[in-house]
Amino acid sequence: MSIKKSLMTAGATLSALPIAALAQNQVNMSPGVTRVGAEIYDLHMLIMIICIVIGIGVFGVMLYSIVYHRKSKGYVASQFHESTKVEIAWTVVPFLILIGMAVPATSTLLEVYDNDDAELDILVTGHQWKWRYEYLNAEGENVSFFSNLATPQEEIYNSEAKGEHYLLEVDEPLVIPVDTKVRFLITANDVIHSWWVPEIAVKRDAIPGFINEAWSKVDQEGIYRGQCTELCGSYHGFMPIVVHAVSQDEFQGWMSAKRADKDAQIAASSVDLSLDALMTEGESVYKTQCLACHGGQGEGGVGKAISGSAIAMGDLGVHLDVGIKGVAGTAMQAFGEQLTDVEMAAVITYQRNAFGNNTGDVVQPSDVAQHKQG
Amino acid sequence: MAATEHAPAGYEKYHVPDSSSLAVRATVGLILTVFGAGLLLNDMTFGETHESGNAKWVLAAGLVFFILTLASWFRTTIRENMQGMNSAQLNHSYVLGMFWFIFSEVMFFLAFFGTLFYVRQLAGPWLAGEGDGGRMNGLLWPGFEFSWPPTITPQEAVGGSDVQPIANNGAFLTQDRSMSFADAHHWYQWLPMWNTIILLSSSFTVHIAHTALLKDQRSKFNLWLGITVALGIIFVGLQAAEYYEAYALFGLTLNSGIYGSTFFMLTGFHGFHVFMGMTMLLIQLIRSVRGHHFTASDHFGFEASSWYWHFVDVVWVFLFLFVYIL
Amino acid sequence: MGDHHHGPAKGLSRWLFTTNHKDIGTMYLWFSFAMFILGGTFAMIIRAELFQPGMQLVEPGFFNQMTTLHGLVMVFGAIMPSFVGLANWLIPMMIGAPDMALPRMNNWSFWILPPGFLMLASTLFMEGGAPAFGWTFYAPLSTTYAAPSVTFFIFAIHVLGISSIMGSINIIATIMNMRAPGMTYMKMPLFVWTWFITAFLLVAVMPVLAGAVTMMLMDIHFGTSFFSAAGGGDPVLFQHIFWFFGHPEVYIIILPAFGVVSQVIPAFSRKPLFGYASMVYATAAIAILSFVVWAHHMYTVGMPVAGELFFMYATMLIAVPTGVKVFNWVSTMWRGSLSFETPMLFSIGFLVLFTIGGFTGLMLSIAPADFQYHDTYFVVAHFHYVMVAGAVFSMTSAVYFWLPKWTGRMYNETMGKVHFWISFVGFNVTFFPQHFVGLAGMPRRVPDYALQFADFNMMSSIGAFVYGASQIMFLYNVIATIVSGEKVSDEQVWDGAEGLEWTLPTPAPYHTFEVPPKIEATPAHG
Ligand code: HEA
Ligand code: HEA
Ligand code: HEC
Ligand code: CUA
Ligand SMILES: [Cu+2]
Repeated sequence: MSIKKSLMTAGATLSALPIAALAQNQVNMSPGVTRVGAEIYDLHMLIMIICIVIGIGVFGVMLYSIVYHRKSKGYVASQFHESTKVEIAWTVVPFLILIGMAVPATSTLLEVYDNDDAELDILVTGHQWKWRYEYLNAEGENVSFFSNLATPQEEIYNSEAKGEHYLLEVDEPLVIPVDTKVRFLITANDVIHSWWVPEIAVKRDAIPGFINEAWSKVDQEGIYRGQCTELCGSYHGFMPIVVHAVSQDEFQGWMSAKRADKDAQIAASSVDLSLDALMTEGESVYKTQCLACHGGQGEGGVGKAISGSAIAMGDLGVHLDVGIKGVAGTAMQAFGEQLTDVEMAAVITYQRNAFGNNTGDVVQPSDVAQHKQG
Repeated sequence: MAATEHAPAGYEKYHVPDSSSLAVRATVGLILTVFGAGLLLNDMTFGETHESGNAKWVLAAGLVFFILTLASWFRTTIRENMQGMNSAQLNHSYVLGMFWFIFSEVMFFLAFFGTLFYVRQLAGPWLAGEGDGGRMNGLLWPGFEFSWPPTITPQEAVGGSDVQPIANNGAFLTQDRSMSFADAHHWYQWLPMWNTIILLSSSFTVHIAHTALLKDQRSKFNLWLGITVALGIIFVGLQAAEYYEAYALFGLTLNSGIYGSTFFMLTGFHGFHVFMGMTMLLIQLIRSVRGHHFTASDHFGFEASSWYWHFVDVVWVFLFLFVYIL
Repeated sequence: MGDHHHGPAKGLSRWLFTTNHKDIGTMYLWFSFAMFILGGTFAMIIRAELFQPGMQLVEPGFFNQMTTLHGLVMVFGAIMPSFVGLANWLIPMMIGAPDMALPRMNNWSFWILPPGFLMLASTLFMEGGAPAFGWTFYAPLSTTYAAPSVTFFIFAIHVLGISSIMGSINIIATIMNMRAPGMTYMKMPLFVWTWFITAFLLVAVMPVLAGAVTMMLMDIHFGTSFFSAAGGGDPVLFQHIFWFFGHPEVYIIILPAFGVVSQVIPAFSRKPLFGYASMVYATAAIAILSFVVWAHHMYTVGMPVAGELFFMYATMLIAVPTGVKVFNWVSTMWRGSLSFETPMLFSIGFLVLFTIGGFTGLMLSIAPADFQYHDTYFVVAHFHYVMVAGAVFSMTSAVYFWLPKWTGRMYNETMGKVHFWISFVGFNVTFFPQHFVGLAGMPRRVPDYALQFADFNMMSSIGAFVYGASQIMFLYNVIATIVSGEKVSDEQVWDGAEGLEWTLPTPAPYHTFEVPPKIEATPAHG
């Protein structure tokens, strides 16, 4: 992007700012689509307005003084410097105002914390840099999946035009039913993340090794977007959250489809694939899962280089081990559960043949399954 | 010092020292020390990529330089005092300096005690799925029960680092036996008790020494100060024995989960402070024996060291209570 | 033992070996300005990357290093040392003391700072890069997941901590022990009072920070599990310890700034400070409260609700003493005889913008609302209002106010006023829109953002460049004053200024108050 172009954009924006910017942009908190969200919004407006009113008072007095009590106008300073009465007044009055704020704040807070009687539990786990969702089903057979950023690198690096939901789109959204009290059990696998979707009024930190609870009861069907809000490493800005709130029926349908998917995956892992098929699948897995750390050309970054790596070109068992179990104490996490056997086979095949590694090895899903069994 | 008696309430001329290279030398020593320590630690932990080989020499050079500078700093200060350059007011500045330094040390230990209370009262039970902050944690650490001293780490409870629900960052293996009284076989084999007796009596002996000094009884002062130093050395020795016992016999190491972590953190930093205090007292002893320093009215070096000693002692009392007994 | 009427030594050794509070104060001030430029440069990189959506200039990992170093350098390198520098210059002159209580240690406190920061900055060139975990360095991102340079970061924090602790012990000893006869506590200028209380805060919390980084060091290198649940520890424990330090730290930053404003506003109102005693008590109240509010930075970590409520109420309470201060300043101006020289402009700017920042602070303190504000640009806007328009404006005011006394030369008033107006506008253009993007949902510490935040971010970046550039004018004005400013010899300099430092010759001689002055019975403040 040229300097000239940015300057021009800047100029254009500046001149159009006051009207255009305010019209296009959201400038305030959104009341969202839940009762708690609306209450928080009201609370926010209440304290903001109180502050603005006090501000106008304080600054008004000051401004009066600045305008009228000037030396240049020959105003002579009076020498008063104490008044117990006003001092008591401006200690007590703000205190009372604060009590006025604390009362609604307390009741809203208690509601935020009322995590009981949920109709659906979802375990949300933060990973560097993706979310995993698991529907905790009383009858077992939990459905779970990972949700990755779907925005392509080309858009991020400005070689393609940015889409409408730039950075706020995922490959597989979380689906929840409306009018249902959903409880989110939030935790993390590696570092601290934070799960935030403004419109459904949930923000809770995901602490590795601890489970936090939060809940939401969404009133309206729709798509709600959010982001990770705790610095969690390089790609913290790239781990969005998308929630689809759907009707109860739709939700049930989606759930059964998910279950069927799972069975299909298990079946797929016993079928052998061609090198080409593996490479194509592998490339797409690599891009969503590995690229962030290992680089577009396998040149490394947060992770070690894959191109020319002794592991990626050496013993297959070790390579599978790294992919499935990760490397303890480093950012290289265990992908065994995150990827299906097909995906794992594909990405390992890809790493062994791309970036000039040309080993010619073909890894089949059954190899992965076998390796997992030990 | 003679002038001070007559000066009006502490407002005689204040001694502002001439410019001096002490501070810059001390800086060089300190920075070399921490830089060397950083290099060395990184070599140890991230070995193959960061081998620099001379880390230990940087550290050693820094330490030696730093210690020598501090020594010459104190020598200068002592000499100035002996030459009568210090007014009562300046001496009071030293008193204030020492007092607030000790206060800062108290706050340092507070961070560690706070840690101990937090993990025992809050985090531990939460991990076991108890209490307001952790009622769902049973999902992550099934089978983990919390007690103090802990008998198992969360990691072990779920079957080791390979299967734990969070990324692995080490193996945390509980000790076979803890250091607390509950785990001691015989009371007389329980080192912490002996250590407590030793350290508490050393506070008395240093007090006796002080009283002797106030009465100008030099040899009595030297004797009791000597005993104090000796008690300090014994304490440090026993502490070393205890660490040996922990590592070699009880399987209690820095890797023993939060119990090992807090245990070694608290006792380790305390032990280090005992060592410092002991060294300070030893220097005062040498000054008194060799240089006949100190008079009944002017002995701030000794006094400051003894305050420090009492502080270390008080910390131990809390340690004994919260680390070993409760 | 030297002759007390000599002037400074010549050459470099004057600065290396000095024990003179004025020399040391000068070094602190220049050092902090250098750090301000460094931290400002990092901020410019942040703002340049955020100029537009998409990644343009830097990689995400490097962006995080910039954010981290910007916060650390500004807080520990620019703001804190600048006020220590002021304290060094002014406290002895204000209380009638010949120097600081422990002059050699004073020199040491200063000299370990530059190499400490050098070590911190050198992490940029180390393998794996500089610390990238935010200035709050939450575990385990800062332990298990950090680059090896974190070891040097930890030691750098230790070194800075040692410096701060020694510096504050010195200030405490000076104030308690070196006041001239008749200078009772309740006659001390407010700047001295605010520093006195700040110094206590520092001695109390810097060691706690040292404890926190020490535990990090152990977790990284010695296999302990303070911050790992697998061994029975808790990452949130780190946050509690950090904020036990961190919250008082933000008042460490702002209290001396309050002190400066409390000197400047009465001077240009030609009227004594309103409510001196209540100012002192309010400062003390803020300091005491600051120890029991730390978890307001942690509303979303999943604390039990009782804790949440406690910290919310305690935090809200701070608005009361702070309000007292704001009202007192406004009352000082009320029916004064106001004039608007540069120091006064910056103090008034402080008053308005700090109060706005305080209001947003109060909004953040409301726990349920903070669930929506937390870790968004709303917070960034809040703390830049209190720290840039608060601490930096106050510091700038102080430099203009006392520069003539220090150098015996007058700065260029017109340029000073222009500097103020550009700063004031630039600052607001930078940080006001951040309230909007924050409320609209933009998280902080991100190198890239969704399209709906684009306009305000561009505006913010432009404002930042303007504000940054205006600092060149400040630097130029200060240097020009020292080199060739118009000479002033009047002791008073400002007709409304009160206090012992204004009874000294201008420029202030190298050694002052070698014989303590006698403070008359008439109270300095009423
Ligand atoms: C100089 C530094 C400074 C100062 C003075 C303050 C002042 C205050 N701060 Fe701020 N704060 C920071 C620096 C500072 N803060 C920083 C750096 C962070 C972010 C750290 C990070 O995460 O990186 C932060 C973050 C922060 C948070 C956490 C936000 C989050 O991460 O979610 C909170 C929450 O309570 C908070 C609250 C307050 C309050 C209540 C005050 C009060 O002291 C303000 C009191 C003042 C007033 C209220 C205005 C004047 C009063 C009146 C005119 C009286 C009448 C008023 C009423 C009764 C309404 N601050
Ligand atoms: C007192 C402390 C202080 C000060 C003075 C500043 C000053 C500034 N800060 Fe801030 N900032 C923090 C403390 C401070 N900051 C902290 C603690 C954080 C949180 C870090 C974290 O999340 O961990 C933060 C984070 C932070 C962010 C959020 C980053 C993120 O979340 O990723 C941003 C973004 O706009 C920002 C911007 C700025 C700007 C534009 C200035 C400007 O005011 C700077 C102006 C100064 C100069 C520019 C230097 C002097 C001028 C020159 C040398 C002339 C040449 C200049 C040009 C090239 C134009 N800062
Ligand atoms: C969060 C960052 C991250 C992601 C995502 C990631 N890796 Fe890694 N990877 C690392 C790190 C860090 C290392 C270096 C570990 C070490 O120090 O031994 C590594 C090392 C490796 C190695 C060994 C390379 C060598 O020569 O030592 C392989 C093979 C590997 N990763 C495969 C993968 C695959 C396959 C994926 C995706 C499915 C992936 N990685 C995704 C961080 C990552
Ligand atoms: Cu995950 Cu930020
Ligand atoms: Cu705070």
